[in-house]
Amino acid sequence: MAVLTYREALRQALTEEMERDPNVFLLGEEIGRYQGTFRVTEGLLQRFGEMRVVDTPISESGIAGMAIGAAMIGLRPVAEFMTFSFALIAADQLVNHAAKILYMFGGQMAVPVVFRGPAGGGAQLSAQHSHSLESWYAHIPGLKVVTPATPADAKGLLKTAIRDDNPVIFMEHAKLYSTRGEVPEGDYTIPFGQAEIKRPGRDVTLIAYSQPVLLALHAAERLAETEGIECEVVDLRSLQPLDMETVLRSVRKTHRAVVVHEDHRNVGFGAEVVARIQEFAFDDLDAPVLRVASADVPIPYARNLERAAFPSEEDIIRAVKRVLA
Amino acid sequence: MKAEVPVQKALPSSLTPQRLVELYRTMLLIRHFEEQCAPAYRQGKMGGYMHVYIGQEAVATGFIAHMRDDDYMVCSYRDHGHALARGSDPRRVMAELFGRYTGVAKGKGGSMHLVDVERGFLGGYGIVGGMVPLAVGVGYGIRYRGGDQVCLCFFGDGAMNIGPVHEALNMAAIYKVPVVFICENNRYAMATPIDFASAVPNLAERARQYGMPTRQIEGMDLLEVYRHAEEIIHHVRTTPEPFFVEVLTYRFEGHGIADNPTNQALYRTKEEVEYWRQRDPIVSAARFLLENGLATESELLEWDAEAKQQALEAVAYADASPEPPLEELYRDVYTDMEVPEWRY
Ligand SMILES: Cc1ncc(C[n+]2csc(CCOP(=O)(O)OP(=O)(O)O)c2C)c(N)n1
Ligand SMILES: [Mg+2]
Repeated sequence: MAVLTYREALRQALTEEMERDPNVFLLGEEIGRYQGTFRVTEGLLQRFGEMRVVDTPISESGIAGMAIGAAMIGLRPVAEFMTFSFALIAADQLVNHAAKILYMFGGQMAVPVVFRGPAGGGAQLSAQHSHSLESWYAHIPGLKVVTPATPADAKGLLKTAIRDDNPVIFMEHAKLYSTRGEVPEGDYTIPFGQAEIKRPGRDVTLIAYSQPVLLALHAAERLAETEGIECEVVDLRSLQPLDMETVLRSVRKTHRAVVVHEDHRNVGFGAEVVARIQEFAFDDLDAPVLRVASADVPIPYARNLERAAFPSEEDIIRAVKRVLA
Repeated sequence: MKAEVPVQKALPSSLTPQRLVELYRTMLLIRHFEEQCAPAYRQGKMGGYMHVYIGQEAVATGFIAHMRDDDYMVCSYRDHGHALARGSDPRRVMAELFGRYTGVAKGKGGSMHLVDVERGFLGGYGIVGGMVPLAVGVGYGIRYRGGDQVCLCFFGDGAMNIGPVHEALNMAAIYKVPVVFICENNRYAMATPIDFASAVPNLAERARQYGMPTRQIEGMDLLEVYRHAEEIIHHVRTTPEPFFVEVLTYRFEGHGIADNPTNQALYRTKEEVEYWRQRDPIVSAARFLLENGLATESELLEWDAEAKQQALEAVAYADASPEPPLEELYRDVYTDMEVPEWRY
């Protein structure tokens, strides 16, 4: 199997889907001539031409609305947000249009559109550029929300997203673009709603998605080496649909769980996971389920403050020890 | 009632007398349909927001008259007239207003979210200006496929003051999409007059900066709208490039059902409304038909009675239709995925 970066895996998914289906086209800021702010779309303008790789002005509502409108008549647009922090400008298009059109028109018009781009922070981007806010999207009936952590998942899930007939919020992570991993070649898709056990273990279930999966894996390694604690790391991969079966199976085995994400803790996605664990596996729990997440503050610039704001391996290790205490 | 608008001397060459009569009858249908709405609402047959199109009939009628079967349109929540002008079944439109399963959206959208996908009517939208970017995407899709359809995008004067509309106009011009932006300037956004809300109250002038042709036209006269719409749509279809047209019109009734005469007194005078009622597009079209020997008094009466009858039938049909079954609550959230029922 080829070893690719997360960025290359995404590009491979885009390229293959564009070759497979002439209805797929890309639009977004700097994706064409400039080759993509994070180089995900490198070479695609040259390969597919201006009609299918559409550079746009800085108009997030316009980009999102244009993608939705094209999807309404059967095209399969993939719109890139330079980062998901800027998607806030397009919130009305995502929430009040993309997510509602199928339902409010009685199921007659589907909106097969993907909104993708990097979410999250961690590179001293400070208060306005570090958002992920996946819980906002997962909150909205009608949207699917996908958060791949590895190159293979990035490819397989993006291909599924492009083929899906519903609006998909596809959140990448800037810190993942250069990570490497084995990626199956060719027509490789991963269905939504299938969490994956990224590391098996018997003592504590660590539930994560996107970049914090790597954090959880590192923490699990250290805990195994230094303390002999075996964590099972469950990567949710998609938040809507959400595979609670895999989570609950793991929790029924370990009886302890910690949810890890980079979004803020207060009303974050972890709250939903914890609520469902206690609802369906209350009797299996030996300790309260804990959350490791970003501090409930605007993300600061200074390196030390930023580091303290984001979840760390140490935070995970402390939480694991606490649920085992 | 006497119309002060000067009578058009001649029919546009493309408009046969029969077609003009058809369009006149479309306006009558819209008027009678809308007149049934307030009473039904007061009887509790409808809920939510409900905005009627009385006074503006010539706009949708005159533009939609030039749509081909494979063209598209989107509009705002003030959408009953557009649906009817496009040929949607008035009974199913009324049923939607009644929240019934036989409605155009199975009763799940209501007055503000009419739709008729088969006729290329891609929906009425409730967020002011929100569908204008969608129209750019529809236009882009047309170009992408190399088609020669157009997309008509209807919105109010109020929408000229919301950001996404300006993003959309600019993008429409960049990508040269075949979209006709039809700004129905009825002078008010709820109670806010356009000359208060827009620093440049001439909206066509405001749009001119986007690098597309613009025009400001009279919207109370069917023939006038028809003539301009024909030219504009032809231009957009054949060039292709977007076009912005500001249509000067007026709503005779309140903004919505809640905007009663007492409320209306807070922003407009009875005299002003009366002035515009003198320009009733139905009255002026009737006068044209009579004066040019295209219809007799008795034909006008007959058509009026038929339109009223159609509206009454729509009400009866809606009233007799079932509510959507409860399973519909969880249907259509996704095309392919069940939403779990959270009930204990
Ligand atoms: C973004 C947004 N803000 C406010 C409203 C509430 N609202 C509904 S209609 C309306 C007035 C719109 O006026 P205009 O665009 O001129 O259309 P008209 O009702 O005159 O047809 C307002 C403020 C809304 N629906 N959407
Ligand atoms: Mg208005």
